[in-house]
Amino acid sequence: MQQTWILTKRELRAYFDGPAAYVVLCVFLAITGWFFSNALFLQNVASLRSVFSIAPFIFLFFMPALTMASFAEERRAGTLELLLTLPVRDWQVILGKLLSVALLLFLAIALTFVYAITLAFLGDLDLGGTVGGYLGLFLLGITYGAIGMWASSLTRNQIVAFILGFAIIFLLFLLDKITDFVPGQLGVIMQYLGADYHFQNLMRGVIDTRDILYYLSLTAFAFLLTTYSLAKRPE
Amino acid sequence: MIEVKNLSKSYGPVEAVRSISFQVNQGEVIGFLGPNGAGKSTTMKVMTGYLPPNEGTVVVGGKDILEDALPVRQQIGYLPESTPLYSDMITYDYLEFVAAMRGISAEDRPARIRAMTNACGLHDVLAKRVDALSKGYKQRVGLAQAMIHNPPILILDEPTSGLDPNQIVEIRELIREIGRERTVVLSTHILSEVQASCDRVIIIDNGTLVADGTPEELRSSLSGGEQVLITLLNNEEEVASILGDWAPAEVVEHGTDDQGEAYFMLNSSSDIRADLFRLAVSHNWTLTGLHRKSKNLEDVFRQLTSG
Repeated sequence: MQQTWILTKRELRAYFDGPAAYVVLCVFLAITGWFFSNALFLQNVASLRSVFSIAPFIFLFFMPALTMASFAEERRAGTLELLLTLPVRDWQVILGKLLSVALLLFLAIALTFVYAITLAFLGDLDLGGTVGGYLGLFLLGITYGAIGMWASSLTRNQIVAFILGFAIIFLLFLLDKITDFVPGQLGVIMQYLGADYHFQNLMRGVIDTRDILYYLSLTAFAFLLTTYSLAKRPE
Repeated sequence: MIEVKNLSKSYGPVEAVRSISFQVNQGEVIGFLGPNGAGKSTTMKVMTGYLPPNEGTVVVGGKDILEDALPVRQQIGYLPESTPLYSDMITYDYLEFVAAMRGISAEDRPARIRAMTNACGLHDVLAKRVDALSKGYKQRVGLAQAMIHNPPILILDEPTSGLDPNQIVEIRELIREIGRERTVVLSTHILSEVQASCDRVIIIDNGTLVADGTPEELRSSLSGGEQVLITLLNNEEEVASILGDWAPAEVVEHGTDDQGEAYFMLNSSSDIRADLFRLAVSHNWTLTGLHRKSKNLEDVFRQLTSG
């Protein structure tokens, strides 16, 4: 477990030693900030709803971008061979990397707490919706990150990893929005599988274990697929 | 120390290694020899626990490489082919990271890194980013990370490839230094390297083991025995008639060279230089050259791996 944390720290440093983390944080804050202040000042709406509705779109691109290098680059550079011959289990390596993405994600989300605090001063903040929204955002981000990481483990090319990760995530994002085109029962299933559907539930302030479980199981599933993909050790 | 039993590994339909078995004893320096694509790297990747074998086992110090993966890995230091390193890290940080992953406590890490800095001559580059280092220094950093936990076994995949002649000599000396108290398995396709630094040679060709022995054993196992080249100032025909009847050796080739000296290439089963000298004296020949052409590893290698 200690080694997992050591790896997490290395990954975080790699994010922050380069421009990646700063670009992600700044652009995330700029976009959410613009939507927040737009609603606040132009439409006179004291709500985080605008932030919560734009953030999943940002994650759609950012999470595959943040994770595209995680295994693809290690494979290309050959460092994966060093990493996986250290006395650690494959799952510890994956967990360490996922944890670093989760921490960066948490930082990005935590920086938007400023908006919530501003609202709390200005008027009455919908506490349930805010907590639910933030929780949903975090879970959604981690799920996307785990999927992006799996995509990264399938190839040694970062661009392929990004596009593959994006395609899978986009499909999940779309699932609950295209239910009109499919017959009833299938539509219900598709809605349940849609990533955005559960986020909408949480954002409403209803913290249902089913929604949380959905994200956690999807993350665990992507994690499992990554361990399979690493176990094959393709060149 | 290391026991490789009936190891087979294929990539899809391509059989990279076919039922290879050998042993490495404690303290030995083993040279893994073979043409490119012979299966050296694959064998090493299985030995380090990176690739799971399709068939067969690797046992290190009595422990199976897959079942006791973590304790076995702790005994091995590995330098993969082409020395992959985290290029965006500072050398010191990189060594610290590997040391931490190897379970060396935070208090012991500086001492270990200092020891590796001395052993591999990294003083000048500790504060530099890995991607700013020359190939030779990268190789040293690679060796340093492989040895940071003081492993009894080192597996080095082509540790000198891509280096300039000076760097090759330096790295070779470093490996010889390391090999004094450790078991080292190194792969190469440079034959002089094996002659320079290995106790035993294992030759692999096309995924199968074709030879296993000391460089001396391999040389003597070659058919053809000894070859001696002599040059003299005497008449070629005259000498040829006498040498033709001389029992200990057989003339393979003779002629006159650019300087007008007669030369004879003789084949024999044992060292005939002394007898040859006495023969020359008894016939009053003016011998200007007497040279034994011993078979070297290169001949062994060619004979075993071509065809």
